[in-house]
Amino acid sequence: MDEKYLFNVKKGETLHIVDQDGTYDQDLDPGIPEETLLKMYRMMVLTRTYDEKAIKLQRAGRMGTYPPCSGQEATQAGSVFALKKDDWLVPSYRDICSMITLGISMKDLFLVWMGDDNGNRIPEGINSLPINIVVGSQLLHATGFAWAANIKKENIAVLTYVGDGGTSRGDFHTSLNFAGVFNVPAVYIIENNGFAISTRNKQETHAETLAQKALSYGIRGCRVDGMDVIAVYVAAKEALDRARKKEGPTLIESLCYRFGPHTTSDNPDLYRTKEELEKIMSKTDPVVRFKNYLIKKGIWDDKKESSLQEEAGDLVNKAAKEAEETPPPKFEELFENVFGNMPDYLQDEIDHYRKVSGGE
Amino acid sequence: MPMMNNIQAVNDALMYEMEKDKSVMVLGEDVAQIGGVFRGTSGLLDKFGSERVVDTPLSENGIIGTSVGLALNGMKPVAEIQFSGFIYAGYDQLVSHASRLRQRSMGRFHVPLVVRMPNGGGVRALEHHSESYETIFIHVPGLKVVYPCTPSDVKGLLTSSIRDPDPVVFLEHIKLYRSFREEVPEGEYTVPIGKGRIARKGKDVTIVAWGAMVNVSLEAAKKLEQNDIEAEVIDLRTLKPLDKGIILDSVKRTGRAVIVEESQRISGYASYLSAIIGEQCLLYLKAPVSRVSGYDIKFPLYRLEEKYLPGPESVIHAVNNIMSF
Ligand SMILES: Cc1ncc(C[n+]2csc(CCOP(=O)(O)OP(=O)(O)O)c2C)c(N)n1
Repeated sequence: MDEKYLFNVKKGETLHIVDQDGTYDQDLDPGIPEETLLKMYRMMVLTRTYDEKAIKLQRAGRMGTYPPCSGQEATQAGSVFALKKDDWLVPSYRDICSMITLGISMKDLFLVWMGDDNGNRIPEGINSLPINIVVGSQLLHATGFAWAANIKKENIAVLTYVGDGGTSRGDFHTSLNFAGVFNVPAVYIIENNGFAISTRNKQETHAETLAQKALSYGIRGCRVDGMDVIAVYVAAKEALDRARKKEGPTLIESLCYRFGPHTTSDNPDLYRTKEELEKIMSKTDPVVRFKNYLIKKGIWDDKKESSLQEEAGDLVNKAAKEAEETPPPKFEELFENVFGNMPDYLQDEIDHYRKVSGGE
Repeated sequence: MPMMNNIQAVNDALMYEMEKDKSVMVLGEDVAQIGGVFRGTSGLLDKFGSERVVDTPLSENGIIGTSVGLALNGMKPVAEIQFSGFIYAGYDQLVSHASRLRQRSMGRFHVPLVVRMPNGGGVRALEHHSESYETIFIHVPGLKVVYPCTPSDVKGLLTSSIRDPDPVVFLEHIKLYRSFREEVPEGEYTVPIGKGRIARKGKDVTIVAWGAMVNVSLEAAKKLEQNDIEAEVIDLRTLKPLDKGIILDSVKRTGRAVIVEESQRISGYASYLSAIIGEQCLLYLKAPVSRVSGYDIKFPLYRLEEKYLPGPESVIHAVNNIMSF
């Protein structure tokens, strides 16, 4: 393990490499190749654009409920970039940037929020489970998935996320406990965005940090500045590498902030002031910070920025249009996917449906 | 009398009961500061303070399990589960303990607990936010299950549930929260648990429904009238203990029964009701009892939810079938 990346959960130290103005710690900077950096930035900008479009579509009645992820792009992109080809992602509902970064199409992601079950059909070849809405329950799937890799002697790692609120559920405790006992190759990132809907950290736990919970499971834990994509990448990469080498699971608390409402049906004015939000957004924004870093490195400028923004807008609009124009699945398809082989009673129900609805 | 919708009726009942009985408390995710995601508990924090109106950590198991303890030690918790689709980790505590402590202790202890839950579909929600699994509560010995449809019944039955000495699962249909308003009695108002109501009189066929299916059935009944079929619609209001009498009396008069449920067909409550009618009204029946249900699939994402949910057309189809039997 590389000494310079050691950080101590007990002391509550937070790994931080890049400042908001883009200056960075030369010693800690991992020297990610330029091409990779630009890809990472692209994913974050795409996601920010997607997020804004999704909210607009919902407000216009063209899409259902959507949980925005702005403010969390660095946590998500930074960790997914640390995955290797055969690794797996186990996302929650808010991990849009992770899913886009992994290569899931924005059209499919729109389809989910547009109420189309086909949006959750992750294409073969993309190593991700569908989004999960039952808070924290995906952690257990990640643990089991990684456990199977041990049994099958596969050298892969599994990456999963949970919100700060999700750490209050029994699922969090159980999955990390199993993870420790079975030494599974998984990395658990707590996206500490400050809120579980309206509930703040203080009302979720009496512990000083969420990372320190790792201690009680005998696994490694750390804290990272979640507005800093480089720091997240470094922490996630080290944890994933260790996992693949069977050196044990890691719990990472990534400190970020939810810029948007909990979902489009939430009214954040009831629990946080506009001043609080503006203060944080003006001081720290993961996308802006990364841009400043790229500029400091001399590989980004205004011209590149505006052409990326334009391209992102076009891609997102195209994806949304395609999703809107996609015909809904056939009702029958839902029956066909209850089991591998459809039992007679479901065929009877389809027949009944056709009779009542006047055929289809 | 003030006009209220269902969510206001929830709020009104809580306000009154908390004022009246200091042991009543409200707990759940996001219930205090923002008054719940549907605002059923709005204003309670200001009025009754943070000891009795509590934003808990995010844990259904924690909410129900500690409510059992709170209830055992003299409090009357009204726990909110944000959506019934998230109850399952808390279901353990309902099944294993809340419902049994009276029985386990042979009457020494009891658990006066109300678990409120938004339930049902039809509002274009995400996965797990549209579920109708009422049967899994009905099936548990020691749990009462209440599922009102109208604002007055919401108020009256929530009040009765809070006063009930035993655990009550109180289902609130999401689609009905703000869909209509009616005059609701002010102040103290109760509707007894275990009593259905005739939502519409008729002589040709009995339609039994609960939750949002009451309105669907009423709509169907209105359309059937144009074909000279007079349907009686029964709103069960309480699913357990069941008002068997109101069903049997009606079916004995009409000779025909259609049961309408939003939930899945296999082992749905309609199958139990159908069995009772078969057992106790056989000689009055002019046709087999008919069931209208949801399908035995996961509730679809919203593009297909209208196809999933029983609508007036499905009810009319069933009624026509048994009328021409
Ligand atoms: C088991 C469960 N309970 C309740 C909910 C409703 N709900 C959805 S998100 C949420 C808050 C989650 O907060 P957190 O874990 O911090 O993640 P965030 O939403 O901030 O990403 C709640 C209560 C749910 N989806 N699942």
